[in-house]
Amino acid sequence: MNDQPEWSDDAVEKEIAHLLRAGVFTAALVTLIGGVLYLIQHGTEPLALGVFRGEPAELRSLPGIFHAAWTGGRRGLIQLGVVLLLATPVARVALMLVAFWRQRDRLFVAVSALVLMLLLYSLILGT
Amino acid sequence: MSLVLFTVLVIAGSAAAGLLGALTGLGGGIVIIPMLTILFGVNIRYAIGASLVAVIATSSGAAAAFVREGYTNIRVGIFLEVATTLGALLGAAIAAYAPASALGILFGVVLLYTAYSSMGAHHEHLYTGPLDPWSKRLKLDSTYPGPEGPIPYSARRITLGFCLMLLAGVLSALLGIGSGVIKVLAMDRAMQLPFKVSTTTSNFMIGVTAAAGAGVYLHRGYIEPTIALPVMVGVLLGAGLGADLLTRAPTLALRRLFTVVVVVLALEMLYKGITGGL
Repeated sequence: MNDQPEWSDDAVEKEIAHLLRAGVFTAALVTLIGGVLYLIQHGTEPLALGVFRGEPAELRSLPGIFHAAWTGGRRGLIQLGVVLLLATPVARVALMLVAFWRQRDRLFVAVSALVLMLLLYSLILGT
Repeated sequence: MSLVLFTVLVIAGSAAAGLLGALTGLGGGIVIIPMLTILFGVNIRYAIGASLVAVIATSSGAAAAFVREGYTNIRVGIFLEVATTLGALLGAAIAAYAPASALGILFGVVLLYTAYSSMGAHHEHLYTGPLDPWSKRLKLDSTYPGPEGPIPYSARRITLGFCLMLLAGVLSALLGIGSGVIKVLAMDRAMQLPFKVSTTTSNFMIGVTAAAGAGVYLHRGYIEPTIALPVMVGVLLGAGLGADLLTRAPTLALRRLFTVVVVVLALEMLYKGITGGL
């Protein structure tokens, strides 16, 4: 990041573009690795997605997904990619909050903080 | 159907959806759910979860490209995201109680509106009421690049725009779509922002709106990895290809084709919703 005292809207837009691109790329890469590994192991199994059963608890919560991916769970790795994708817009809002803070724009610091709180509520608690 | 075959077919279908979505500017999210439910027999709740994943992927990718062109108004975006995220949390709460048939019927209606709005040529702004004093106070006034330098604009009817954005958020989470059509309606028609500013800012907001709904659905077990994988990979391939082809493709003909596809899918979703086939 640059160390200008005030961040122009142009510079912020450039950072946002980088962040979004990096986020989507990383998420897709992790999902793809998990997916290829999962297909090698389970590719010939039949599917049953017509009835909604819901995911098991370990693939529903962030700690569960991190744990599943860390211990080599292949479905967990795909789900980690999905979490990274969901986190990308959240990180974009956090970046804007920092930018408005540096611009000393109190009103928009409050607006972005509100959006960030709503998003974190959904991503972390999600009830 | 084996998992490998399902994965390959869904990647192909999602790539086609992402390609058409990028070329027509209508987004590919709205055809993912009918494709999964009607063609592949996937339960509508899994389809909604996967579709939101697709919507976040394509809109984030596209926003990265658009935001540097100078049309996107990031202050208007974040301000109205208060409404869309609140709406999305509300929509996700309602979805828990909505029967699949009701979701199917509502989806069909929104598809028909999307087809209708894509057919009409863009009208000039008809509302000539007073400027909204809050536009200046909230620093929503800005400029967009014109042929002879920056052109200034201001927002009108901000309260009306905000309320429409609440609705866009509710529909986004409830139906697993980006709600781009309603976001553009709010900014272009209600708030009288320039059309290109409305479309690029709408796309900028779609990822945040969809993430608010998707987070809740992740915890509710709607996001199934074996569906999320091919849908995410497919739409990203299609949207990436679409961005490359954009200048050379016959956009108008594709838009007509896409409209026909959307109408057919709308009727199918309405039929299945009414007869209880979802």
